[in-house]
Amino acid sequence: MHWVFESGFFSSHPVHVALFVGSVVAVVSAVVGVFTVMRGQSFAGHSLADVSTAGGSGAFLFNINPLFGFVLGGVFGAGAMEMMGVRRARGRDLATGIVLGAAIGLAALFLYLGATRSSTTGASQQILFGSIFEIDGSTVAIVTVFSVICLGIMAVVQRPLLLSSVSTDMAAARGVPVRVVGLLYMLALALAVGLSSLAIGAILSTALLIGPAAVALRFTKRIGRAIVAACLTGVGSVVLGVLLAYDSYDWNSRHAAWPVSFFIVVIIFFAYLATELPFVRTAATRRRDVDLAVPADGYR
Amino acid sequence: MTNAWVVATIVAVIAGVVGFFVVLRGSAFPAHAIPNGAFAGAAGASLIGVNTLFGLGLFSVLAALGIGALGRRGRHDVVTALALVVMLALGAFFLSQTTEYEPEIFSLLFGEVLGIASNEILPVAGLGVACLAAVAVLYRPLILSSVVPDIGEAKGVRGQRMEMAFLVVVALATTMTVPVVGALLIFSLMIGPPAAARSFTNKPPVAILLSVGIALATVWASIAISFVTDWPIGFFVGTLSALSYLVGRGWVAWRRTGVARTVRPDSPGPLTAC
Repeated sequence: MHWVFESGFFSSHPVHVALFVGSVVAVVSAVVGVFTVMRGQSFAGHSLADVSTAGGSGAFLFNINPLFGFVLGGVFGAGAMEMMGVRRARGRDLATGIVLGAAIGLAALFLYLGATRSSTTGASQQILFGSIFEIDGSTVAIVTVFSVICLGIMAVVQRPLLLSSVSTDMAAARGVPVRVVGLLYMLALALAVGLSSLAIGAILSTALLIGPAAVALRFTKRIGRAIVAACLTGVGSVVLGVLLAYDSYDWNSRHAAWPVSFFIVVIIFFAYLATELPFVRTAATRRRDVDLAVPADGYR
Repeated sequence: MTNAWVVATIVAVIAGVVGFFVVLRGSAFPAHAIPNGAFAGAAGASLIGVNTLFGLGLFSVLAALGIGALGRRGRHDVVTALALVVMLALGAFFLSQTTEYEPEIFSLLFGEVLGIASNEILPVAGLGVACLAAVAVLYRPLILSSVVPDIGEAKGVRGQRMEMAFLVVVALATTMTVPVVGALLIFSLMIGPPAAARSFTNKPPVAILLSVGIALATVWASIAISFVTDWPIGFFVGTLSALSYLVGRGWVAWRRTGVARTVRPDSPGPLTAC
């Protein structure tokens, strides 16, 4: 047994926290992510991570709680994208890109000013890459509360959002307030992404948002099943990744542990690659009961 | 300082030209993902002690080919997102294994234009020429497959191959520009100025020239202000690029109202293939 679980894995407090926060974030990201993938908004989902990082580095500079920076940055970014957003996918990507570029510029400034003023080393790296093993107690409570809020929003908008994701025109014809629903969804996305980039870093945020949802949507087009499958994939890869990272401490004599984000991302990526394998693909398509007309080839 | 001006000018020209096609094809996400992948390559190169340019080139081309190959089936944006996070995770892994000095990483991400040595100009210029040559060769089929993919296919322009070729061009452009303006900011330069240029004209050659012009103005102004204020150049590149786009949008909106008043139906329609 100790070949798999290095000694101290079950009694280590950072591991408990990492597993808990990682799982919570994975579930929230999976729920939101299924819609993100369906709507073809992966770019926005990833950009919001960078935008909220800019907010976080701003908060770091002004000495306020980074959480507000991350969440406010995400919400403002989402608002700006939605405001500039053109209805065609191409224009939308462009608007996303512009907001992202401006936000990265701001992040560069904040990080530079932060580094010159407070001489805290490692700040930029910590903000950009984060670590699931370095979460303090107050963050855990806040992440939980905001996750519940985020899931609440998703529960409220779930049905109209599904309809407007499949066909905007049909939804509008049925009297769905498409813009309001879209805005609420962007708010939920901003919350989910902001929280996850604060807790586990911008890389993992995007990986957990897009990866599990994309894997799940390969197997089923039913929204309920897709959400459950995405949650399982996300939580599974987080648990496995944390375990491997913990074990990796003893893999070389220098005890330079490999980053958790590396393991989790690689696991998710291989899960996605596996869905490309011929026999997996046929198994998935045979059982495909289409009740969701997801555009087969994206919006390009 | 002279080195900075020379290199930044080359970068702006490349970003303006390649960026025009990025905007035309709606490839903003790959254009963001590939430089980030290149960053991981640079981190890896510094880990095993080879030339950074080599790591940048290898990883950005790998990212481009990966996105192109996997994007064939399924969703393009999903594949791009996954390729991006895998590259970044590799970068995080490489960084965890080195004892790299933090400012070094910061400059790879956000650019260090003022610290360019004379012997760095030649490789950048060489790659720049290669990039422009590739665009010149691909020019007509690329525009055709970007604007009217169906007609392109009918004329024998394979959309898939074009996409691959184009992503490799973006990768080339990235390799040479990342050390100068940083992985995160080359993206703004490839999006903002070309998007602004397209608001002013529908003719591809004019738009490309205009895009290069705006990119040059952005970069030159950024260097000058960055030199005076000592703030990172990335901030100015990012803000000025976004600003130029907003000016473009404003121009379109202003012209539309003008057109509505005089009832002249020549609002900026889809770009006419030349």
